[in-house]
Amino acid sequence: MNAMTSLPTAVAGRFGAYGGRYVPETLMAALEELEHAYGGAKVDPAFQAELDDLLHNYCGRPTPLYFAKRLTEQCGGAKIYLKREDLLHTGAHKINNALGQGLLARRMGKQRIIAETGAGQHGVATATVCALFGLECVIYMGEEDMRRQELNVYRMRLLGAEVRGVSGGSATLKDAINEAMRDWVTNVRTTYYVLGSALGAHPYPTMVRDFHRVISREAKAQMLEREGRLPTAIIACVGGGSNAIGAFYEFLPDENVQLIGVEAGGRGTALGEHAARFQKVGGGLPGVLQGTYSYVLQDDAGQVSSTHSVSAGLDYASVGPEHAMLHDSGRASYVSCSDDAALRATVTLSRTEGILPALESAHAVAEAIRLAPTMTKSAVLMVNLSGRGDKDMGILARELDLKGA
Amino acid sequence: MTIEFRKKPGIVAYLTAGDPDLATTRDIALAAIDNGADVIELGVAFSDPLADGPVIQRASERAVARGTRLTDVLELAKELRAARPAAGLVLFSYLNPVVRMGMKTFCARAAVAGADGVLLTDMIVEEAGEYLESMREHKLAPVFLAAPTSPDARLKAIAGVSQGFVYAISRVGITGTQQKVAGDASELVGRLRQFTTLPIAVGFGISNAEHVKAVGEFADAAVIGSALVALIETTSPAEAASAVGRFIAGLQA
Ligand SMILES: Cc1ncc(COP(=O)(O)O)c(C=O)c1O
Repeated sequence: MNAMTSLPTAVAGRFGAYGGRYVPETLMAALEELEHAYGGAKVDPAFQAELDDLLHNYCGRPTPLYFAKRLTEQCGGAKIYLKREDLLHTGAHKINNALGQGLLARRMGKQRIIAETGAGQHGVATATVCALFGLECVIYMGEEDMRRQELNVYRMRLLGAEVRGVSGGSATLKDAINEAMRDWVTNVRTTYYVLGSALGAHPYPTMVRDFHRVISREAKAQMLEREGRLPTAIIACVGGGSNAIGAFYEFLPDENVQLIGVEAGGRGTALGEHAARFQKVGGGLPGVLQGTYSYVLQDDAGQVSSTHSVSAGLDYASVGPEHAMLHDSGRASYVSCSDDAALRATVTLSRTEGILPALESAHAVAEAIRLAPTMTKSAVLMVNLSGRGDKDMGILARELDLKGA
Repeated sequence: MTIEFRKKPGIVAYLTAGDPDLATTRDIALAAIDNGADVIELGVAFSDPLADGPVIQRASERAVARGTRLTDVLELAKELRAARPAAGLVLFSYLNPVVRMGMKTFCARAAVAGADGVLLTDMIVEEAGEYLESMREHKLAPVFLAAPTSPDARLKAIAGVSQGFVYAISRVGITGTQQKVAGDASELVGRLRQFTTLPIAVGFGISNAEHVKAVGEFADAAVIGSALVALIETTSPAEAASAVGRFIAGLQA
């Protein structure tokens, strides 16, 4: 492995060699303030009680663990369960984190909220929370993503958020994060940055993971109740890695539960054609992007590469540092799924179960469809269905021939 | 070859290396030195310059698109050192190109090239263990940024590990021009003074003679960045060096 394996570990927020804090000095006071405030909120029963109440009554937690009977029969192997994060308010797991951070921002007395978004789900979730709490909301979104996730742009505006298009770079998630960080550096004294995945400088990767832990906490209990055992494997798509780390976390000590992250394989294995940071050849190398040390898709001069995925939410050149650690230790394994396989899985799940997955989540579904037939009928797979696919109807209409089908 | 400000305020000139091309950057740097710049900050263009405003973003994009690499910037540093033995030379980079080269390799090569110091935009003191060790080994000066938002405890740590000079950020925000020097700047320099006798350079938004004069009232040097990069953007490559030379001379009028 390259370079900085001997990086110092002077700050908290390390996941093995990964994570840390690599930001302009101007942000350091704000990150320290955030770390302190989150530390207080985490152990404050009143904060947790309010969060739990909103997750239940506003968002619809707990989400069901659904046995996908027809999909299981069609695959002819392992039983497939779906953890239904798609049924949450606003249609994806993202609200778990947006709500948690929104409450924290309010606790810290911040009136102005900014966020980045790729697929638009985190932007919608953040705009929703700002509407709920009466906070000013600015969302940065790559112009390419605004085109392909247009419906979510309308939703954010309807909710009262200002959506600012970002045209730099490839005009996708990475560029939106750059712009959100520039805003934060400029307005740091008044602004709270709701980062949308388990990325960025400490404490974000830990805090975002903590807000999504509820996924695996519920799933573990539900699985034990339904099957009397833990699943053979858990499968989740990995963009920045928030839904996956939330789905994996409570199962980390259960060594016999396989954890499988699915990255965007895009349209090929060459650099620039995919967002598979952990791919062996043509994949990423450890580096620093947007505040954290993790795997980064980059050229041999350390310039960050462009990426491609049919799904905006997975189209990102780096990955959360905790996944980098789980990858290196072998506790989780990471595979990739092509655009085409994800599109096929979208159709399959829609027609066997009447469930339209988000294109991001469809990557995880595709891996389950591939894996299930290779396993015995006693095996149990759990797919974290991170979101619903309504936002993707434009892309689906273009990519699939839906007229005669 | 040490960092030294021979007059007050001294001038630090930031250039994005490779914009418009490496040969022009060399000529511009020489003209800047010959017209009174004490220190050249040679900027390594990065694909994701998240601490920079639109002017330096565009310059970085152009330099990256031309294929400018960290190794090229090290070569350029070597040429400048050979041509102007007494000038201060600081390599200015985001962390990732350095990580990709390897921290130890980078410091060794920077020393061989004749650089005096290094400034890494996204390197904070807490994370700097290996960096400081390699810099010490190669007798290079680590320059750290201090921000108006940094509490005194952080300023103390920053002053404690910096060498050459401390870079005080004039205001909260990204790089780019501004109308007048913010009140934040003198307050920050005053707080920094408690902890160091090193020269303090003030940068971000310093773009004309009036700003430089204002900075001279309370600090040792002024850093000119976006204003130079913008001038280079709007001048033909053949004229860029003389335009920058005149501009730098005019700052000290
Ligand atoms: C439904 C859905 N799933 C997954 C993701 C990917 O993000 P993460 O890896 O943080 O879960 C997104 C991001 O936009 C999303 O909208």
